[in-house]
Amino acid sequence: MKLKGKAWKVGDHIDTDVIIPAPYLNITDPSRLAEGLFEPIRKNFSKMVKEGDILLAGKNFGCGSSREHAPLAIKASGISCVIAKSFARIFYRNSFNIGLPLIISPSAVDNSDEGDMLEVDLEGGKIRNITKNLEFSFSPFEKFLLEISSEGLINYILKRKNEL
Amino acid sequence: MGWTITEKILGNHVGKEGVKAGEHIFAKIDLMLANDITFPLSLNLLKELESKVDFKGIQRLTLIADHFTPNKDVRSAENVKLMREFSKKYGVQFYHGGRCGVEHCLLPEEGLVVPGDLIIGADSHTCTYGALGAFSTGVGSTDLAAGIITGKVWLRVPETIKIEYRGKPGKWVYGKDIILMTLKELGEETGIYKALEFTGETISYLDMPQRFTICNMAVEGGAKNGIIQPDKITEDYVSKRAKRNYRIYYSDPDAEYAEIRTYDISHLTPQVAIPHSPLNSVSIFDLPKIEIDQVFIGSCTNGWYEDLLIAANILKGKKVNENVRLIVAPATYKIYLQALKSGILEIFASAGAIISPPTCGPCLGGHMGVLASGEKAVSTTNRNFIGRMGHPQSEVYLANPAVAAASAVLGRIAHPDEVR
Repeated sequence: MKLKGKAWKVGDHIDTDVIIPAPYLNITDPSRLAEGLFEPIRKNFSKMVKEGDILLAGKNFGCGSSREHAPLAIKASGISCVIAKSFARIFYRNSFNIGLPLIISPSAVDNSDEGDMLEVDLEGGKIRNITKNLEFSFSPFEKFLLEISSEGLINYILKRKNEL
Repeated sequence: MGWTITEKILGNHVGKEGVKAGEHIFAKIDLMLANDITFPLSLNLLKELESKVDFKGIQRLTLIADHFTPNKDVRSAENVKLMREFSKKYGVQFYHGGRCGVEHCLLPEEGLVVPGDLIIGADSHTCTYGALGAFSTGVGSTDLAAGIITGKVWLRVPETIKIEYRGKPGKWVYGKDIILMTLKELGEETGIYKALEFTGETISYLDMPQRFTICNMAVEGGAKNGIIQPDKITEDYVSKRAKRNYRIYYSDPDAEYAEIRTYDISHLTPQVAIPHSPLNSVSIFDLPKIEIDQVFIGSCTNGWYEDLLIAANILKGKKVNENVRLIVAPATYKIYLQALKSGILEIFASAGAIISPPTCGPCLGGHMGVLASGEKAVSTTNRNFIGRMGHPQSEVYLANPAVAAASAVLGRIAHPDEVR
């Protein structure tokens, strides 16, 4: 699957409280969660995002709480994938489980700026910065991760109920 | 090569003696938990499936409405109502209202989590129960829903970092200071995806609450789980409470570790984690004068009876500084009642503290003690991220309950010895 969109960029150690602060945690509707995305650092962020845009982040993105509201808010804002230098563990699982692919590529993050046009080939493990005419590779996902990400964890386990 | 305690517990849950770090396993869950923030998202997934799928793990689920309790607004109340209806329908254990408590203190207290268990919880601080010698890790709402459907969880067996403590903690130094120091030493990358096995002679000086505090904050270092091998103190605690049979595991002497670190804590001083990361700890002696607006004593990190007792001993006969709001939240109703009977709550009330019902509220800026812009708080909790306890321009300093109590009296971050 190929994803294409404009890059948005945030820094290191963006924690889940910054992604979606506590006042939004009694909401379960993803589109309403998107309204609170990055509120402590960039108000009205989701209004600026267009469907398919790509988020770039530094180290340890998604550290902190297990709140799935965080990847849900990102996905509902229109962001198609997140490329970071590294991810926190629970956030990593949660994102794939709900169908938000995450890519680890420090060089893509370091060499791309906000506003650049990016294209990502998930199966091929390639990120292309169209604006700067650069290409970066990442280790392609294990098959089960891609399947979970495209089907969602619940459908994934239901399909394989008899094997589990 | 032998096994670590984590490898043995995970192995036992797939019918083996042990499993090696790096293996992917689909393991049986002994207990699952979720709260009023995380369960409503699981419920969105489950309600579409109720009529079509068997919920194989449902009897191993416990629900706790602790984060926004007492319900802070209509939406929170509706979420708790959905939990109540679901729990009635399926006969799921549900803690709410006057039986509620902060989940990670409540479950050990109720004997619902025991040594040798495999526990997943839709809350990142689920790693707390590692202090009992269990494998326990935080997951999201979808993983929890999958656990309810299958009774199992996918896991990658983590490599273990062994952290060996030597020496006896000095006065005013507790489990909180030990873990804050450790997180700073490990830094941001070392612990990611790992099991942190806390061991060494120091552990024998720590009561269960301090051990829970240490394991509670393993997640702040990015770890999958924190774990402490059971000893007599563990068994004394568990044998009085356990609602299920339990099994004690120890790491083999020839177990394989990714890394072994040793820290002498005999000269450790009280630590304070400055904004905006729990990994930013410094010795209290290295801090400039920092005036504060609020102190919170409570949470799954330090809302235990023993924590309240430490704070009360400092506050006895003293007044909370007039510029400070002190909020004390016993973590569970049993702790609340114990503190009431022993006179601790009277000490807090006489000092001018606000005594809160058991709730997670203030820790995450949820309710019952939110910070305004520019305000500073000392808190016995586990996170001081940007805006964690309220306004994005507020600041949170993490500390042990003695430092928190002393700071409440003096109106600035203070060492307990400064209170006379």
